[in-house]
Amino acid sequence: MIQVIVPTLGESIEKATLSFWYFQPGAQVKEKADLVELTTDKAAYNLPSPATGILTEIFFKEGDTVKPGDLLAVIQ
Amino acid sequence: MFTEPIRCDRILDAGLLEYAVFERMQEEIRTQVRSRASGATAIVCRHYPVITCGRSSSPQNLLMNAEQLAHKGIAVRQVRRGGDVTYHGPGQLCVYPVLDLRTRRADLHYYLRSLEAFILGILGASAITGERKPGLTGVWVGGEKIASIGISVHDWITGYGCAINVSAADLKGFACIRPCGMDIRMTSMETVLGHPVDISEIVNLITRRLSHDTSYCSDAR
Repeated sequence: MIQVIVPTLGESIEKATLSFWYFQPGAQVKEKADLVELTTDKAAYNLPSPATGILTEIFFKEGDTVKPGDLLAVIQ
Repeated sequence: MFTEPIRCDRILDAGLLEYAVFERMQEEIRTQVRSRASGATAIVCRHYPVITCGRSSSPQNLLMNAEQLAHKGIAVRQVRRGGDVTYHGPGQLCVYPVLDLRTRRADLHYYLRSLEAFILGILGASAITGERKPGLTGVWVGGEKIASIGISVHDWITGYGCAINVSAADLKGFACIRPCGMDIRMTSMETVLGHPVDISEIVNLITRRLSHDTSYCSDAR
């Protein structure tokens, strides 16, 4: 099981908006493919999938505020 | 704020581009930079009239419908950069660096400040004193916005960048939108200086600032 965690996006960035899921639970995802988009100020950050597998669970929906260290999803 | 200058190994002076052509070019370069087949690369270009809607955009910031805009010869395009709506036209210079931020500093806001510093340098070399506005991204002169910024980052590889208003005539396109979702006035280098500006001189200035001893590809498509 691989956890997808919100990375540190910058020294002064304490939160971001989860703006887009590229995949929904149950989908096959590939390592390094865009998995989720986080938005802060004028920047959109696309977090790649850390592994190849099935996206089994997501813990935040589009529009939610997330912070570094939050568990976003699990890949099996 | 001190920021490390943005430097690129390769600068593509791409001239006047359809937005879709630029996006395809950017995607190819992103792949090259990500695989390390290419070093940091900047696309310097202008666009045919287009309104781009970023990831945080709201439809109410478009003040005309698509039909009215088409009648004016302005396309509308949804794009994957951060930020709200903005206008691009042939009298504006866009600088789109494709960099691996891990080789600099993996910090989105630091990169936004670096782009502002780059713009401030271009304006300063053209006898214009630009300024930042606390809490906002972009560059301003006398309370009016002269340059806009919006980026997208994929696994720390940057895309999109900044747009500097050069021509006064091009500012009318901004009347069709609420730029960046705000009630702000836009200005241009020509408006501030009070005389025409040769856009090719600004391209040369941008090229020199982005790199010393770099491979410079004119009209690369």
